[in-house]
Amino acid sequence: MAESPFDIVIGLEVHARLLTESKIFCPCANRFGEEPNSLVCPVCLGMPGVLPVLNHRAVDLAVRAALALDGRIRPVSVFARKNYFYPDLPKGYQISQFDRPFCEGGAVPLPDGSKIELIRIHLEEDAGKLLHPEGDDGHSLVDLNRCGDPLIEIVTAPVITSPEEAYLFLVGLKEILLYAGVSDCNMEEGSLRCDANLSLRPRGETKLGTKTELKNLNSFSAVRAALRWEATRQERTLLDGKKVNHETLLWNAETKEASPMRTKEEAHDYRYFPEPDLPPLVIDPSRIDSIRATLPELPGPKRERFMKEYGVRRYDAEVLTSSAELADYYEKVAARFPDRALAAAFLTGTFLRYLSEDDTAPGLAPVGPGALARLLSLVRDETISLSAAKKVFDVLWKEGGEPAEVVDRLALRQISDEGEVEKLVVSVIDENAPQVEQFLGGKEKVFGFLVGAAMKKSGGRANPSVLGEALRAALEKRRGGRRA
Amino acid sequence: MDLRNAPAHTIRDAIRDGSIEARAVVESVLDAIARDESDLHCYLHLAGRDRLLEEADRVDEARRRGDPLPLLAGIPCALKDNIVVKGMPATCGSKMLERFHPPYTATAARRLLDAGALITGKTNMDEFAMGSSTENSAFGATRNPWGRDRVPGGSSGGSAAAVAAGEALFALGSDTGGSIRQPAAFCGVAGLKPTYGAVSRRGLVAFASSFDQIGPIGRSVRDVAMVFDAIAGVDPRDSTSATREGGGTEETLDAGVAGLRVGVAEEFFREGLDAEVARAVRRGIEALRVAGAAVVDISLSSSRFAIPAYYIAADAEASANLARFDGVRYGLRRGASGSLGGMYRATRNDGFGAEVKRRILIGTFALSSGYREAWYERAMKVRSLVAADYAAAFEICDIIAGPATPTTAFRLGEKQNDPLAMYLSDVYTISANLAGLPALVVPCGSDRSGLPVAIQLTGRAFDEATLLGAGAAVERAGLFSGGPRADGGEHHG
Repeated sequence: MAESPFDIVIGLEVHARLLTESKIFCPCANRFGEEPNSLVCPVCLGMPGVLPVLNHRAVDLAVRAALALDGRIRPVSVFARKNYFYPDLPKGYQISQFDRPFCEGGAVPLPDGSKIELIRIHLEEDAGKLLHPEGDDGHSLVDLNRCGDPLIEIVTAPVITSPEEAYLFLVGLKEILLYAGVSDCNMEEGSLRCDANLSLRPRGETKLGTKTELKNLNSFSAVRAALRWEATRQERTLLDGKKVNHETLLWNAETKEASPMRTKEEAHDYRYFPEPDLPPLVIDPSRIDSIRATLPELPGPKRERFMKEYGVRRYDAEVLTSSAELADYYEKVAARFPDRALAAAFLTGTFLRYLSEDDTAPGLAPVGPGALARLLSLVRDETISLSAAKKVFDVLWKEGGEPAEVVDRLALRQISDEGEVEKLVVSVIDENAPQVEQFLGGKEKVFGFLVGAAMKKSGGRANPSVLGEALRAALEKRRGGRRA
Repeated sequence: MDLRNAPAHTIRDAIRDGSIEARAVVESVLDAIARDESDLHCYLHLAGRDRLLEEADRVDEARRRGDPLPLLAGIPCALKDNIVVKGMPATCGSKMLERFHPPYTATAARRLLDAGALITGKTNMDEFAMGSSTENSAFGATRNPWGRDRVPGGSSGGSAAAVAAGEALFALGSDTGGSIRQPAAFCGVAGLKPTYGAVSRRGLVAFASSFDQIGPIGRSVRDVAMVFDAIAGVDPRDSTSATREGGGTEETLDAGVAGLRVGVAEEFFREGLDAEVARAVRRGIEALRVAGAAVVDISLSSSRFAIPAYYIAADAEASANLARFDGVRYGLRRGASGSLGGMYRATRNDGFGAEVKRRILIGTFALSSGYREAWYERAMKVRSLVAADYAAAFEICDIIAGPATPTTAFRLGEKQNDPLAMYLSDVYTISANLAGLPALVVPCGSDRSGLPVAIQLTGRAFDEATLLGAGAAVERAGLFSGGPRADGGEHHG
């Protein structure tokens, strides 16, 4: 849309499920993937006469999230009932927050140093889930396991200017929530959900245009794809001289198109009013302070520190701090091993590839930071080559063991002894007389062939720099002999 | 002992000291039920006779063994049908919940059971506690034991009538705008609406959550104090329950009213108040003065807005509280073969009675976008004005005395087609709910046809002890010849 006459304006609403043991208003477990309707009680089933009791662990996590996102905590906030009928909502209203949310403001930093401002964060309960069984005969089943799970809803200002920026915002937000340990942010399990709205306005105009809302965005890339699609659709609509309708669109990840929801479903008047069953939520400054005191270093500051303290490049710092666990792992290796650049290169390359192939986490990796530091030390003191180190790493990952022992067992120790390398060089020169002739005749390229032949003969163990020097010295000697 | 007329606290003492057997007490109540229930229709559900007698026998055996007896051991009591008890239905007087069996027991009911009380059954009520005559019950009206062509009041009419007729020694009701006090006044028994938060609401099927309170109805003020002491106190499962220990009011009941400042608002004695009721209430106030209290003039001018504000704010909450009755999980389900919207409409259309639908519509309207400020928010402002009026009054007095109801019990059917006239029968009781204050009604006389008249006393928040002490002083004056009449029919004149 580079030459588009319009500016894009995007706002996002993100729901994150908090990592509590129990639900927000009852003692039922907050857990995904159990037998339907096995994690329910009279309270979350909305039985007559039940009352909500606020889970203060959920408040603590919500405050933690708000502080990590640099929001302002309201000392007194109010729960409100959001009224609508749907079978996944047992009480006929959702307990949420409306005009007095617990957090206002906040921001998510982007990689280019800019920030996306938040309007607010509020606490609310999740609804249940409708299941539509195979061979749909018009019936739906209701699973209320997640009904009452604690959520925070994070609302951005309408300040995001492109689908790409929306994507980067979500990546940054997720990193912060994961760092703060408030949510597992698992989109497949619905722990993180995102709705988006988008409008266009003529370039330079300050008044917002008519927005549409996009729902059913099941991944960050779906958010980006849907926003791209919708920006294009709105641009065409406006260029055709038509108006954009205020409506809600459902994204279809398979057809890569959005279609309007039936208008009936969006015509809600939620009739908010203060929840009379819960007193106002008072969060006193000492509670905020003690939560702030336990906040870990966040990705942004950690990134800066990695560049300064370990001298790693920005890109490596971003990769290494993309999860707190990987960053911890790196710091443990770096504490035991002085070549931070080599450690960074190995972690961002080989190590991450093994992690993703096994779909595991740094903390669960079969090769711990101590073993990795010892392995890399063998590279640094030239006991083994980097390619040998990768072979050893593979064995350590799959079978375990001690790096030095594996090196010996696989006979990977580098040949650096000059006498041994000399013998190797002599036999290679003897066995490859035609190539030696070519080299001496001025074909410099053949040198590489001869190094390869020598390396092959050594079983890959020859120290490449020692070998290179010895081979060149021997050849030059021959050339000199001829001239003489 | 005259079991038919003795107050529950004397029966409690007699069971504990062995001068009477719990079995005899239960039999007396079962006899009253056998004699009058088919005519009065106080109950929607009765516990099994054999089970009640077995439970009574266990109390008697325990006493004979010398085991310590809990405070209310062997006392038969009735619960309004919107207070849930596991093992008994809870219809709330509605077809919507006709076959509903709650999976848990309300905290207040649990406390009575723990105190050894025996639950005789669940009492009739206006559907979802919306009404002032118990005629809005989907299962037929209750008659007033004092005049069987009269309503018992409502919405806790079944509870008040059961206590008046000896079909229970005491009962629990719920009071959102007067639903304990108005029927207690109509039935010649004492009734307390506790301070909002004094008694747990857990297990009370919500009508208007910021108004509802469970409270006792008894034959005497001491009975009411005894039951209040048993059910009051913080409940961690009700976030609006006060974080204080309740109770202890029975101990101080006889402290007297010497020096107590009794506020009287003349606004409450103007138009709309029946002259006979006014006379009896003034005699009640005079009794307090004679007992040593000082009567002072106060003004509660915002109370003239109390009724409209109440019917907006309470119905707004009700419109949300009653949304859960949708046919999806429990209770009535109609039209399930059609669309989701069709099921909702058919279920709620068939399940709710006319008054409940009216309240839901009023409440939904009052919260709707574009109307919320003019209605709901204005009602909330009135609510704070009413509370401010009371706060000012309690600067110069300790309790407020006045009428409980504009008239004595009206005739069955008399106001059923005139909702506004029906709403006005709560004119004196609603303000206490708006302000969350405790209020007590105590019989203080009768009208020409022998129907009871009650005085209403309103106290400071959480000062039930003073309130009940003053009520006991009115009672001691003997203005009301208590004891419900067996035939009842002779009263209507």
